Amino acid sequence: MNAALARLSPPPRVLVTKIGLDGHDRGSRVVAAHLRDAGMEVIYTAPWQEIPVVVKLALEEDVDVIGISSLATDHLIVPKLMQALREAGLDDIGVVVGGIVPDDDEALLLEAGVECVFHPGSSLDAIAGEIERIARGKRAARARRLT
Amino acid sequence: MNKPEKMAAPATPLADTARAWQEAFERDTAKQPQIRNRSGIAIKPLYTPLDCGAGGESAYAARLGFPGSYPYTRGIYTTMYRGRTWTQRQLIGLGTPQDYNLRLRELLAAGASALSLIPCNSVYRGYDVDEVDPLLLGTCGATVNSLDDMRVSLEGVDLERISVSLNDPSPFTLLALMLNVARERGTPWTAIAGTSNQSDYLSHYVANHMFFRLALPGARRLLVDHIEFMNREVPRWNPLSVVGQHMQQAGATPAQAMGLTLCSALQYAEDCIARGMEPDSFLPRFTFFFDISISFFEEVAKFRAGRRVWARLARERLGAKDPRSWRFKFHGQTSGVDLTRAQPLNNIARVTAQAIAGIFGGLQSLHTDAYDEVLSTPTLEAARIAVATQNILREEAGLTDVIDPLAGSYYVETLTDEMEQEINGVIAAVDAAGGMYRAVEQGLVQQWIGESARAFQERVERGDQVIVGVNAYQVPDEKRPPALSRPDPGKIAAQIAALKTYKAGRDQARLQHGLDALARAAQQPGLNLFAATVEAAGCGVTHGEVCRVLRRELGFGQPLAMV
Repeated sequence: MNAALARLSPPPRVLVTKIGLDGHDRGSRVVAAHLRDAGMEVIYTAPWQEIPVVVKLALEEDVDVIGISSLATDHLIVPKLMQALREAGLDDIGVVVGGIVPDDDEALLLEAGVECVFHPGSSLDAIAGEIERIARGKRAARARRLT
Repeated sequence: MNKPEKMAAPATPLADTARAWQEAFERDTAKQPQIRNRSGIAIKPLYTPLDCGAGGESAYAARLGFPGSYPYTRGIYTTMYRGRTWTQRQLIGLGTPQDYNLRLRELLAAGASALSLIPCNSVYRGYDVDEVDPLLLGTCGATVNSLDDMRVSLEGVDLERISVSLNDPSPFTLLALMLNVARERGTPWTAIAGTSNQSDYLSHYVANHMFFRLALPGARRLLVDHIEFMNREVPRWNPLSVVGQHMQQAGATPAQAMGLTLCSALQYAEDCIARGMEPDSFLPRFTFFFDISISFFEEVAKFRAGRRVWARLARERLGAKDPRSWRFKFHGQTSGVDLTRAQPLNNIARVTAQAIAGIFGGLQSLHTDAYDEVLSTPTLEAARIAVATQNILREEAGLTDVIDPLAGSYYVETLTDEMEQEINGVIAAVDAAGGMYRAVEQGLVQQWIGESARAFQERVERGDQVIVGVNAYQVPDEKRPPALSRPDPGKIAAQIAALKTYKAGRDQARLQHGLDALARAAQQPGLNLFAATVEAAGCGVTHGEVCRVLRRELGFGQPLAMV
């Protein structure tokens, strides 16, 4: 965990899931377990979720961050997830993507509003630190919007 | 030497010298942490005949023997690579059936004698192209859904002269389509050779959720129907490839991957026997498919030990009498998980080391990964380097001159024995859970693999496992090679339109006949469900439609969500 950050309280709520067609889940399982053990509230789903299901789950579970794992081009529909979140009024949920994402596509995702992309080789601590930072920012934005 | 009977090892001069060496080694080196391989076996700094040399000629015959003879530790064929080197079986599949056919004919013209077909992820998941988001089509494999698509894919390809490898999970519709194309052309099914590469449904439940699959009982029945049908109708076909690769890629250690795969093979064999089939009628057509990691000696020992364990299981536990039933035929694929996004050209070195481990392990066929697999679906240039790597190893490096060249190494023989013990331990744990089917149903295997994946990642995090370019030897501001461009959206749109036209133009009575035959076979366990799938495909039923009927009749197999 990033020592420079005081721990967010209550801890970040993170939805770890996979959308689209592929189901290679080693990455999503390892990352979800690490975030959980780092003290976060993790909502983990089996792969193959539909975008409307992810939006509904994010809303009902009141998550700060959605982590999408993509190993076989499913990241291409993440902009559609961003659109669906906006339409549901969930702009203040941060979305991160991890897996095999070519450089050109990374630009596309960032443009669509994805906070960051974790590539193979990212350390688990770095991922957890970044997610905590994003959750903190999103909570602050939400607090400003609600007051 | 007053009480020799109390000593653990006989005080031979060699043991004395070894002890002296050990003391000198410990004096001259700093205290070192215990090195363990990925399977958890403690690795010593030096091996001698004291570790593995006892027993003389009779022990050699029992544990190693000769290539082509029981227990096959030294290879399953008498001549091994002196007779015939491994098959170079690169996976291909991208874009539309036309794109695939073009690429396939290029490869065949260049001398390839084997065909492989990787379908699009939409096909893997049981959908036709008109059922999924077009953005995801054709990015990872070919979009083959209908009889028309298969006709186009195989145009100009002589099915009697090549070996076909289909990445075709149950219900095996690609195979059903291909058999119909063969029948249209008058190609006898008895002349067709190849392998159903993704028939191991248990591995899909455990580790690779990219495949359509029926709920476990339906998947179990369909596989035995498939084996029975293919053994009878297409006798040169291997209906089963038991896949350790999925599990090792998902995090299983090499010993776990081997042990669990052998457990799946036992489960399938026992299911066939329960159906009334004789072991020697189906075991010669069982094949295996493994991951080859960069843990070099461990992989060599994994394959040598796996061959020996399978030979014993097939002979002693399953009661097979035909030596062909004891042979552990396997395809190897270099491990994609070991490749790094950082400094990607380094992956060529990794793939080379992995491939040599597979070759020294005695594989029958090999896929070498492209170095850019970690960036995208491989580019043509990277795919060519992967093929060239195999050619260099086969033609230039002299690896094929001697059969099982690492045999007799004190280390390799000791490690082979130790890996065998680990593998047998995994088999005992699965037996205790009631067999592989039950262990997977309960989520036990998924849990073991998840724990191993996590443990490995933590070793990387701590720096105990160095990965060049990732947690050591980083280079700032590196330039990455370009990724593969995606299929032309126009072509994909045309493919969707073509499927719609195909569906609209079908003879409705025949179509209905095919759908009914499929549903009836699903409802009646006495009928052969794969035979009905072949019949349905011949009536124009598409891949997505076959999957939908079976899903309705037999239920779908959702993965367990576990962390």
